[in-house]
Amino acid sequence: MYGKGLRALSISTVVAMTAALTLVFFYAPLEAEQGFLQKIFYVHVPLAIVSLCGFVLGGLLAIAHLRTRDPRWDFRSYVAIHMSLIFGLATLITGSIWAKGSWGHWWVWDEPTLVSFLIVFLLYATYQPLRFAIEDPERQARYASVFAVTAGAFVPLNFIAVRMSTAFLHPRVLGSTSNLPGPMALTFLISLIAIALLYATLCKYELTAKHTRAQVRALRRRLAGEESGRAGEGGRTSRSAAPSALPAGSVGPRPAGQAARTAGYPIKGHT
Amino acid sequence: MSALLAETPALPLHEAGKYVAAAYIVLLAMILVYVAIMAIRMSRTERELGELLAELDREEGAQAARTGEQGAGS
Amino acid sequence: MSAATDTSPASAVARDAGAHPRREGTGLWTTVRALLRKELLVELRTLESVPGMSLFALSTFVVFHFALNRGSVEGDLAAGILWVTLLFAAILGVNRLFVADAEQGGFDGFLLAPVDRSAMLFAKALTLLAYLVVLELIAVPAFSILLLGPPIGPALGGLVATLALADIGVAVIGTLVGALAVQTRARDLLGPLLALPLFVPIVIGAARATEPLLVGAHTGTPGARWLATLGVYDLLFGLIAYALFDFLLED
Repeated sequence: MYGKGLRALSISTVVAMTAALTLVFFYAPLEAEQGFLQKIFYVHVPLAIVSLCGFVLGGLLAIAHLRTRDPRWDFRSYVAIHMSLIFGLATLITGSIWAKGSWGHWWVWDEPTLVSFLIVFLLYATYQPLRFAIEDPERQARYASVFAVTAGAFVPLNFIAVRMSTAFLHPRVLGSTSNLPGPMALTFLISLIAIALLYATLCKYELTAKHTRAQVRALRRRLAGEESGRAGEGGRTSRSAAPSALPAGSVGPRPAGQAARTAGYPIKGHT
Repeated sequence: MSALLAETPALPLHEAGKYVAAAYIVLLAMILVYVAIMAIRMSRTERELGELLAELDREEGAQAARTGEQGAGS
Repeated sequence: MSAATDTSPASAVARDAGAHPRREGTGLWTTVRALLRKELLVELRTLESVPGMSLFALSTFVVFHFALNRGSVEGDLAAGILWVTLLFAAILGVNRLFVADAEQGGFDGFLLAPVDRSAMLFAKALTLLAYLVVLELIAVPAFSILLLGPPIGPALGGLVATLALADIGVAVIGTLVGALAVQTRARDLLGPLLALPLFVPIVIGAARATEPLLVGAHTGTPGARWLATLGVYDLLFGLIAYALFDFLLED
């Protein structure tokens, strides 16, 4: 039951988001150097932090999958990574807007957070194509988990390496979270909580929705199985980049080798 | 610190406002796009469930008809 | 398949074990040695990877000459060209690393043998390392002849150290990524896509370390911090690969 607690979570998210936005625009003082533009900081940096934590979380969930072989862990890992990728995209876009406002360029190589994010984003963008390119569901889940663990470990290493390489060029202007005065620190904290809750809510929402779709598919397969009077007949399995949302055994008998072929290099798996 | 100030002077409010607004609007837009995608998927699920229910009804109807025939034939 | 020409990993291990009989099972390093010998023998016979990688590097140097419209480079530009070329040539090697095993069922034979599965990780990584060393023995002199402005003599010590550390990292990551990609449909595409972001820290460390070596006037020493970065990254990824590799071999 993935939907349990979704209501409480979404309500908390609304409350936190409203509080955060109010604080950002009515409470937090204007910063000396960047003025009003600095307000982007309250949305860009929490997105970055939550996205990174999400990727690492995806790796941890993948470890759980590799240890227990329960496909539900892989399912959670998939959603965590998928959502983190979306939040990562938002990080890049808001960061780019901030760069344009600050430096006049849509992209700056001097800002290690943005650069690291680009690399991490490029890496995780291969997650779904990787899954889609493996047909066997068990192997798909296993390989995806290996990838998730590797990439999750890579995230902090990459940040350190990129930070080292840009340290001597320019002082970091955009992303500094140290030495925040009181009101700003509070606003930042609330914003971080709000974005984190948003992440959790959207993840739970996604888990519930996918699970529901999987249950409907299972129901359809069983109905089709009954109709033809023989187990293991009827219904086609379509290629999917999504993991099994149901615990093993509840899906019903698999039709013999009836994978529908999708032409061409990976497109988003049909769920 | 003064070197930084020289490099990144504060933009006037009407200019900076556009960028800040853009950033927050991007976030809002992405959330709404997500909601839209989920809504589309949910309506598709609703349709599929409806089809499955209809199929079940047909099944039960056919079942009842068959037992009805057997009852009449014997 | 006669015993003499059977190149599957299992038979390689069996032959080697027969030559050095052991009490129970086969030790890890015996297995690694056997697998490594098989890999290198196959490469010597078929010459699939190394000549291609080397030729690719040489061609890339030529392309760089025309793309940049320069006869000689130095400093960070030279470091950049060298490392980009080496990395892309390495990716060619990574693509080929597991292909033979996947196509000829070498995995199954290996899995049946009573050996430590990590042996394949070590053997493949050492193989890739060997390919990289040979590649560099060809590409670095070519680079110094074709494109490099300053003389390479005084830079050699630091360059060898940097190359060694970077190669280990590339070998480990390449083996992991190769094993991951080989079982997928678009393996030639996914391999590089997966590998390149993972290689970025290596590029950072290696290029920064090589920069001061390739300048004319005073050849510096590779910064210790960059070599340390490479070393730490190699170590961490080695541990990660060791922990995860077995999961890729099941089935």
